[in-house]
Amino acid sequence: MNEGRKEIIRAMMVLTGLIFLIKLFFIQILDDRYAQLADSNSIRKEIEYPFRGLIYDRNGKLLVYNSPEYDLLIVKKELINFDSAAFCEALNISREELRLRFKELKARKEYSPVKPTLFIRQLSNYDFAKIQERIDEFPGFYIQPRTTRAYTTGTLANALGYVSEVSKAQLDRDSTKTYRQGDYIGQSGIEAQYESLLRGKRGIRYKLRNVSGIEKGSFKNGEFDTLSVPGQDLITTIDLDLQEYGERLLKGKVGSLVAIEPATGEILSMISGPSYDPTMLTGRTFSSNFMLVSSDSTKPLFTRPLMAMYPPGSIFKIVQTLIGLQEGVLHEDTRFPCDRTVVNCHNHPNPCNLHMAVQYSCNPYFHQAFRRIINQNKSPNTFIDSRIGLENWHTYVSRFGLGKPLGVDLPSEKGGQMPSSGLYNRIYGEGRWKFSTIYSLAIGQGEMLITPVQMANLASIMANKGYYYTPHLVKEIRGSNQLPVVVRHETGIEAKHFAFVRDAMSDAIYGTAQRAIIPGIELCGKTGTAQNPHGYDHSVFMAFAPKDDPKIAIAVYVENAGWGGRAAASIASLMIERYLTGEVKRLSLQDYVLKGEFLDKILLTAPSTE
Amino acid sequence: MRRYTDITENMDWLTVVIYLVMVVLGWLNIYAAVYDETMHQSIFDLSLNSGRQLIFIAAAAVIILAILIVDMRFYEAAAYLIYGSILFLMLLVLVIGKEVGGNKAWLGIGSFGVQPSEFAKFATALVVAKFIGSVGFRMDNLRNQMILFVMMGIPMLIILAQKDTGTALVFTAFVLVFFREGMSPFLMIVGIASAFIFILTLLVENELYLYGGVAVILIITILTGKKNFKRIALLTVGALVVAGVIQSVDYVITDILKPHQQNRVRALINPEADPLGYGWNVTQSKIAIGSGGFSGKGFLEGTQTKFDFVPEQSTDFIFCTIGEEHGWIGSLVVVGLFVTLLLRIIFLAERQKNRFARVYGYGVAGIFFFHFAINIGMTIGLFPVIGIPLPFFSYGGSALWGFTVLLFILLKLDAHRGQVLQRL
Repeated sequence: MNEGRKEIIRAMMVLTGLIFLIKLFFIQILDDRYAQLADSNSIRKEIEYPFRGLIYDRNGKLLVYNSPEYDLLIVKKELINFDSAAFCEALNISREELRLRFKELKARKEYSPVKPTLFIRQLSNYDFAKIQERIDEFPGFYIQPRTTRAYTTGTLANALGYVSEVSKAQLDRDSTKTYRQGDYIGQSGIEAQYESLLRGKRGIRYKLRNVSGIEKGSFKNGEFDTLSVPGQDLITTIDLDLQEYGERLLKGKVGSLVAIEPATGEILSMISGPSYDPTMLTGRTFSSNFMLVSSDSTKPLFTRPLMAMYPPGSIFKIVQTLIGLQEGVLHEDTRFPCDRTVVNCHNHPNPCNLHMAVQYSCNPYFHQAFRRIINQNKSPNTFIDSRIGLENWHTYVSRFGLGKPLGVDLPSEKGGQMPSSGLYNRIYGEGRWKFSTIYSLAIGQGEMLITPVQMANLASIMANKGYYYTPHLVKEIRGSNQLPVVVRHETGIEAKHFAFVRDAMSDAIYGTAQRAIIPGIELCGKTGTAQNPHGYDHSVFMAFAPKDDPKIAIAVYVENAGWGGRAAASIASLMIERYLTGEVKRLSLQDYVLKGEFLDKILLTAPSTE
Repeated sequence: MRRYTDITENMDWLTVVIYLVMVVLGWLNIYAAVYDETMHQSIFDLSLNSGRQLIFIAAAAVIILAILIVDMRFYEAAAYLIYGSILFLMLLVLVIGKEVGGNKAWLGIGSFGVQPSEFAKFATALVVAKFIGSVGFRMDNLRNQMILFVMMGIPMLIILAQKDTGTALVFTAFVLVFFREGMSPFLMIVGIASAFIFILTLLVENELYLYGGVAVILIITILTGKKNFKRIALLTVGALVVAGVIQSVDYVITDILKPHQQNRVRALINPEADPLGYGWNVTQSKIAIGSGGFSGKGFLEGTQTKFDFVPEQSTDFIFCTIGEEHGWIGSLVVVGLFVTLLLRIIFLAERQKNRFARVYGYGVAGIFFFHFAINIGMTIGLFPVIGIPLPFFSYGGSALWGFTVLLFILLKLDAHRGQVLQRL
């Protein structure tokens, strides 16, 4: 009977072998999880952070560069004889702080005792110098170099934007998995808009390591290693000298300034006041400074030139003039009395023709002119007639780049507001509004809002006699043929009408903005004093110069600074002088602006429109 | 009359070839396991395990020569002497031995250590064979059975005292020999079934399912077979025993097993529960083997074993290197070699003319089978981690020599199997 048992024993042996081979087949061939686990075990990816692209001004002056910073990494498993007292002393931290850091480290989700993990972010230069020479005393700690943004100028913060660690929400949205926790990303301004060009490409070196994390050479002789590719450099349209001068002039004031080169749409200068020093939002002090800046009641992070929406005030009269001329309802010799029945005015020759009306900014004239634009008797019903008129008018103003974002190459540009019939239908009900409901639009008030960059663009259209290029901040991507797309937009209004209005604007300087006169330079401008329910009037001025060959178009908006002829006109004029001649000779005017006392004590009580 | 002047005459060359292939493959894989790209050391470097293993192999050749020169009658005649001497050495180890890796199993001779327990395997095989082969031996005699278990139990107890549980367990392989020689299969079946139920209990969260399963099987067997009282009573008692085993699992785990043994059992059931703690060995071992894929990463190209992710990579976990660098194909070759060797040993055992040689052959087969099954089973996560070497592959002089002695005494006996008849 025992003879059969040898077969049982043989079967046991063969069966064991088969079970092994089947199990091996499962783990070796069917389940590729183990291969990945093996790689993550033994292959350490060393990340070489790329240099972010540099940013230059239009004349090749460096604006933004990278400066080295150092993170302290820890591999917990490699800590041997860790002398916490010496470590605390080297980094000048308390034992309690060290204990908290270890506690925080272990609480992290991605924490692993065998992988290098961030222990202290962005060592100060002083700490770095101290720890670097003693790093051998602390096995398990490594210094990882990377870079932070650095600035050659304390200006231009809003246009440049800032860079910070990629947020959780951004990581979740990042479907292409470009970013990893701890990476930096442009958060606003040019840094955000051109992030894909600036960021460059991370380099990865695959290093083999043993169980203690000790390097054992490169993986497959570096076959899969990639070098980091630096980001692309950007050349902006900004004139740093003009920018810095402008920020000096606008210091202490709330407002915006945008200067554009009319022939190209290049933004020469873009100022938001008040602003902040871009260096504040870099490096180790980022978080504390960010709290400071973002909670500041003057909103330094708010990019006013693109995001602030104001009633344009009297400068809008030139748009009305052009529309009226093109529509044929106004002519050079059209006269209206300055009757002040509906809107107030100030003293000037009366009655005015169109040229004088622009020159002296006559409110009653434009009230009556706007009625002609709106009510052209296309329908016997005055409600319907007004609707047709407004829709026609809206088509015109849209072509001036108003009522919608211009497409400036920065994030979060606002479009302002140009009332359409739809808006009034919503407010008053369809067929329940007519010209007398909306007449405030005549003088740039009412439900009308425009952004400072739109104002500057308006000046640019005047300079170009009827067209504009999309205002933009980046003119060239170094080492790339790819250029930012800049589109030419036509207003569809005949150039001869522009010539007429430009003459009036030229004379207007002598009427309402005598401070803007620059000896030797013919300047065209238009003041505005926008009524504002929250306080004193806003001071508005738009201009371009020289009249015959415009090199600069500018809009200045100073909040609560009264007459356009004072604050805004003075600042714009100084900027134009600086840009065209390279220096400012009118030092008394400069002092007047720097001093910043524009309000007239008597007029303060009775704000008025010019 | 000396007719056999050529000591290799009648040698079973197939077994010798398998042995040589295994030893050489083992040597190469030991080199791969400890190979360090940055160090540029050769396979012969004596500071490496592979260099030392080559010395062990050379010594094994001398041992083989000695075994073949000695008269085949010596092994049967001196069985008790050999057994007694080795037991003495093992006891000596307990007194003057040195401790290596928690086990006090080493006898220091200069800088080399020898593990007498590795030699206890062949010694026990010899005495068991001699006892069973003795004239008038009857397996159904309870006293004989007792003696056999004592022969098996003494070295086990000494080795347990040396805190080398793995090696001690190897001696349970003799149950296979007793089975072949006519002992009731009850013991083997109960042993295997208990282990199976034990692991099943750990795998199944709710024990009620197991009790339910036992009840269902009981009812089905009662209903399908003859319905006499004796059978029903036996089955019911059996079911109650199984239920008892299930009930005892918690007690065994928490109260009998030592903490590190508890962890090994837990690691087997769920290595992911604590991959950096008790699950480390099993997890890393499976990662190494699993990452080999179909054809492996190539000789010396493995990363898991040589970078120390796998523990004991040149000794107990040598199979990881094979699995990682040579993939499923390499594993197939090694498993194939072992199964072939085992079947060949059984073939040799069965063709012996006297009982001593046959029983000894089964002893060899049982020990190799136990090592093969437990070692590879543990590296691929089928058994708890039990630290025993893979014969001929694992690094280590004592183990290699012990296995060599086991195998070549059998070959010597086999070569002279005709002589036995002449003697009769």
